[in-house]
Amino acid sequence: MARKVILCRCEDVTLADVQHAVRLGYTDVEEVKRYTGFGTGPCQGKECLRGIVAAIAATAKSDPSTLTPFTSRPPLVPTELAVLAGAGTVPTRPSKRK
Amino acid sequence: MIADADIAIVGAGVMGLALAYNLASDRRGSGGKRIVVVDGHYLAWGASGRNGGGVRQQWSTEMNVRLMQESMDICAHFAKRMRINVWMRRGGYLFLARTQAAARRLERNVAVQSRCGLETEIITPGEAQALVPELAVEPFVGACYNPSDGIVFPWPFLWGYAHAAAKHGVAIHTSTPVTAIARRAGGGFRITTPAGTFAAERIICAAGAWSPEVARLVGAALPNRPQRHEIMSTEPLKPFLKPMVTVSETGLYVSQSLRGELVGGISLPPEDDGGEVRLGSRLAFATTMARALVSLMPRLGHVKVVRQWAGPYDLSPDGDPIVGELPDVPGFHVVCGFRGHGFMMAPVVARHFAGYLSGGPPHEFLSAWSPARFTSGTPPRGGGEEMFIG
Repeated sequence: MARKVILCRCEDVTLADVQHAVRLGYTDVEEVKRYTGFGTGPCQGKECLRGIVAAIAATAKSDPSTLTPFTSRPPLVPTELAVLAGAGTVPTRPSKRK
Repeated sequence: MIADADIAIVGAGVMGLALAYNLASDRRGSGGKRIVVVDGHYLAWGASGRNGGGVRQQWSTEMNVRLMQESMDICAHFAKRMRINVWMRRGGYLFLARTQAAARRLERNVAVQSRCGLETEIITPGEAQALVPELAVEPFVGACYNPSDGIVFPWPFLWGYAHAAAKHGVAIHTSTPVTAIARRAGGGFRITTPAGTFAAERIICAAGAWSPEVARLVGAALPNRPQRHEIMSTEPLKPFLKPMVTVSETGLYVSQSLRGELVGGISLPPEDDGGEVRLGSRLAFATTMARALVSLMPRLGHVKVVRQWAGPYDLSPDGDPIVGELPDVPGFHVVCGFRGHGFMMAPVVARHFAGYLSGGPPHEFLSAWSPARFTSGTPPRGGGEEMFIG
């Protein structure tokens, strides 16, 4: 394998970074996100989450199906400030789910 | 399994971890050396992982200015001492005032800061624009700037304190919520968690906005309440923004991190939350913040927001923190009510509170911020601190 494997291209997080975080005891996706910064760039984890989860599971020898994705934050896609500034007042209360 | 402790700290945020580190490394150690930290979540889940990372010495009371001068000094040496990069950048803090009243307040506060040896200067809106050429300064009538304030990346402070505390023998249990606390006859507590029950001689509640929930477990009612504050970050940009920029009247603040992102927030009208911590993201925040930011720096219109999130301010009735032993529950201490500014204050508050609990002299904040002030009959008026953002 190549000497350096980039898993998160936005924040330059490598396979070795993820392995290091797991060895320090950060084995949850949220913890690894915080320790490595993966998923905090323009793609917000949309590209890298699967690869990172696979790397956490392989390093921690855990079942990938036990790992849950980190909390997804708005906006859905990177959005210009000018667009948001022009959005006006929109009702903010979510519809009640039954 | 959690071992019995001399001191159990509830809350593994920056305050709890800094307390644990300072207690464990204090050579006097009269508070006992078996220290346990428990938290219901992972490190950086709470407000310590959700704040804007500002660290400033510009305050309006002499005690707070001096406290923050010391905290700034701890932050400046943190990376070397704790061997972790905290992405600290000291580009200063620029306060902008839109009204004459706010401008007068800044002038008054700068006089206090000067007495403390801080090099804050009252500057004109034109001088503010020289500092930040992107600013549209027309709405502003006054400003002040202190060049030695700065920003940090909050998360590494938690790992730094956690690793250093662990090296000194502190046991940190994350994902371990406290579900019950029983007071033992003759003193001390039994603390119940899903990972087991353990005994502690003393408890320090450092759970921030969640402190009232923890205090309720020992039958105590804390007077503080949570207030949701939201924050956003943009795509990374080339470094262009030197200081943290804040607008007194709106609670707007924005800085550029060493990662290049703009990080900032603004106050929204208070909501009726029934005392419950709310962490949801609102479109109303995104639009309010975007409008404020684009009018502050029109060139930012095409910059993209990548993420927004929320964290709770922890407000006490008089605006001052609440630090010390609860009068009705001997052995139960609280360190809360920092009104959204607990992250920057934690290094110095933890140092002095831990020193006091280890047998050292009490810092003056211990009388000013005592929980007893809420049970003495007359409502406390607080120390009159004015320089809160948001």
